[in-house]
Amino acid sequence: MVDVTPADAVPPAEVGEMELYHPHSWWTKYVFSQDAKVIAVQYSATATAIGLVALVLSWLMRLQLGFPGTFDFITPEAYYQFITMHGMIMVIYLLTALFLGGFGNYLIPLMVGARDMVFPYVNMLSYWVYLLAVLVLVLSFFAPGGPTGAGWTLYPPQAIMTGTPGGQDWGIILMLSSLILFIIGFTMGGLNYVVTVLQGRTRGMTLMRLPLTVWGIFTATVMALLAFPALFVACVMMLLDRALGTSFFMPAIVEMGQQLQHNGGSPILFQHLFWFFGHPEVYIVALPAFGIVSDLISTHARKNIFGYRMMVWAIIAIGALSFVVWAHHMYVSGMHPYFGFFFATTTLIIAIPTAIKVYNWVLTLWRGDIHLTIPMLFALAFIVTFVNGGLTGLFLGNVVVDVPLSDTMFVVAHFHMVMGVAPILVIFGAIYHWYPKVTGRMLDETLGRFHFWVTFLGAYLIFFPMHYLGLMGIPRRYAELTDMTIMTESAHHLNSFISIMAFIVGFAQMVFLFNLIWSIRHGREAGGNPWRATTLEWQTPETPPAHGNFGKELPIVYRWAYDYSVPGAKEDFIPQNVPGTFGPSREPA
Amino acid sequence: MAIALVLVLIVVGSVLFHFLSPWWWTPIASNWDYIDNTIIISFWITGVVFAAVVLFMAYCVFRFRHREGNRAAYEPENKRLESWLTVGTALGVTALLVPGLFVWNHFVNVPREAADIEVVAQQWQWSFRLPGKDGKLGTSDTRDVSAENPLGIAPGDPNGQDDIVVEAADLHLPVGKPVKVLLRSIDVLHDFYIPEFRAKMDMIPGSVTYFWFTPTRTGSFQVLCAELCGQGHPLMHGVVMVDTEQDYLAWLGQQQTFAQLSAPKQTGSANRPSEKTMASGLDVAAKLETLEAR
Repeated sequence: MVDVTPADAVPPAEVGEMELYHPHSWWTKYVFSQDAKVIAVQYSATATAIGLVALVLSWLMRLQLGFPGTFDFITPEAYYQFITMHGMIMVIYLLTALFLGGFGNYLIPLMVGARDMVFPYVNMLSYWVYLLAVLVLVLSFFAPGGPTGAGWTLYPPQAIMTGTPGGQDWGIILMLSSLILFIIGFTMGGLNYVVTVLQGRTRGMTLMRLPLTVWGIFTATVMALLAFPALFVACVMMLLDRALGTSFFMPAIVEMGQQLQHNGGSPILFQHLFWFFGHPEVYIVALPAFGIVSDLISTHARKNIFGYRMMVWAIIAIGALSFVVWAHHMYVSGMHPYFGFFFATTTLIIAIPTAIKVYNWVLTLWRGDIHLTIPMLFALAFIVTFVNGGLTGLFLGNVVVDVPLSDTMFVVAHFHMVMGVAPILVIFGAIYHWYPKVTGRMLDETLGRFHFWVTFLGAYLIFFPMHYLGLMGIPRRYAELTDMTIMTESAHHLNSFISIMAFIVGFAQMVFLFNLIWSIRHGREAGGNPWRATTLEWQTPETPPAHGNFGKELPIVYRWAYDYSVPGAKEDFIPQNVPGTFGPSREPA
Repeated sequence: MAIALVLVLIVVGSVLFHFLSPWWWTPIASNWDYIDNTIIISFWITGVVFAAVVLFMAYCVFRFRHREGNRAAYEPENKRLESWLTVGTALGVTALLVPGLFVWNHFVNVPREAADIEVVAQQWQWSFRLPGKDGKLGTSDTRDVSAENPLGIAPGDPNGQDDIVVEAADLHLPVGKPVKVLLRSIDVLHDFYIPEFRAKMDMIPGSVTYFWFTPTRTGSFQVLCAELCGQGHPLMHGVVMVDTEQDYLAWLGQQQTFAQLSAPKQTGSANRPSEKTMASGLDVAAKLETLEAR
């Protein structure tokens, strides 16, 4: 069946358009703005700024691991603070905020053909609460005792005890408060994204005509709205344990010879709550990346995404399954061992829809017309690192294989590859792809290629060998790797190599930042649709799009998002808002 | 074009690294070579998939790179191909999962003849308890922990009186005899991990967790803590000595029971490690200093 709507077959709008509230002053236009595009830039800039802190922290911890004993200021206490804040910032304040708050805000209204988010005021509040959460987090660096060093998983009892940095100081209190604020801020934004996708689509934009970017962000947002409450209650309960002496997570404890006043709590309950959030969180980061990379590959290979419907259902299946796999993070936690059978099975089943996505990306390349632009290079690099990280996930998900590997550097290598490097490569690809729409100018090509090669190869050289350190049995979260019988001289050398690569890759990000700033003024003029893409954000009358996105009239959608290289059409792309007058567009029925 | 070459190099390099690099697991010292075999199966299946996907990509990038006048094919779906790939993946996943679950079943079902031993963790040291002549460990409670009773053995339980207490010293085990390791913590989460035995398990204050294994060769093995437990975490080492039956019995003969340790006014009690560690109270720095000195 051909799903292209002819021009005269579109019904009139059910509801007439309403005038937007337009900002009048500089403050309401650029600071307290209700325009989703401005909010997106604010989210992205804040996330990048705090992400730089995380980058520096990773350098500091690599200094210690690569050159142990050389830097006196990196005490074990400081080391644990570095790893904790690095992990928390990267997962929550950078990746989640950038994908949903940044890309979600910018792309959802433009891609579904809406003038803005459905609730612009709440959307604005979402950003300011997020900023507050980031500031509270930063504050903990300056608080007495410094930030918490409990590990990003914040496992009680140690998270709130004396032996852990920040446990009996301000560190953990500020961390938990910041997370609570983040969740409040996210919920305001998240409700907006969901309602906008469901209710704000322009005429003709059926759900099965949405670009996969929107499907990815939408599904991730629904998941986040369901998963973050578990973290929220866990944070509140731990805050009560710490501040008021309750015992939600605290059993009877003798700390350094003293009986504490707690009794009857369950440390493992926290782990269940944490991972009930924490595992979907992996896919909250991954699904937007899946969606975006699908569109990058399709656009730059000039070919429709292969198996669109399968791709949509895979996103939904992964989203649903990700809620029943959380305890695969807890195989050696001491929970009932029979849980292992269930969670290993569900975890490995999730590999099937995930593999389908990978097949469909590479099959999109097959018989394509591949333009090796920078976004395409990043997309290819994403597939390599994601496949690598996904396959090592099959080790860790397969309960008994996890027993020797759990809590070792293998785990660190795995999750960095699959939810660190892979999604960040997509973020880079996406920035090179959409920067021309946001600023009207292209990013510099030479700097971009330098950034790509150093980042991709460097990151692979950091994390691929790291798996083998874990296979040797070297535990993660060790501030000192000395005095260990399994630690060999060559393993120390490998650690030094990894550290040096980490500094180089970090440096390449400075080049990228320079490119971002420099190209705002000096980049080549992009025009409205430099990639000759089909989706609606490239069809706006102005670039960058003005407030209200689409000028006087909203676009009407006549076809799916992937009409590239349609036989019989003059150009090798047909935008979604072009009526069905060309060739046999065989969008799937 | 460079990218196609690099993709091929990544596959070749990764495979060469896997086979040639010096970084590999430690020689095994327990019965859990089943786990090693499962890891090998996983390496083969995932390695083949990784190489296939990345090489296919490299081919596509090379073969279908943009040249003037090229046009992509238009093929939204291919139901047959998609079904075959789904079925193939499902088979691959099953090939990983079935042996995995089979070994897990073995791992969680402790053989009847396994002897109980107990490991008690605290920040940041390991202690051990073995059942006495009655073959039973007495009950315990964190509330009973004191300087005289560092493992919190219930004073009123007759089963506990003859338990052998090894506080902050090496544990010895006889080679070839299966043991069920009961794990307890009196403060935070820890994880009893010996890389050569492959097995590990968290210890949770307020619960008793367990795993089992059979030591298969004699020697000295380092215990590591594998669950972040505060600043002293990387220093929390211990030693398990796997002995011949003879050496083990000789060691066992030198150990003291709970009753002997808790008898009042015993000579030499001032030298017991508990006095040193328990007296320091909440002083983390002092505790870390003693660890560094060891």
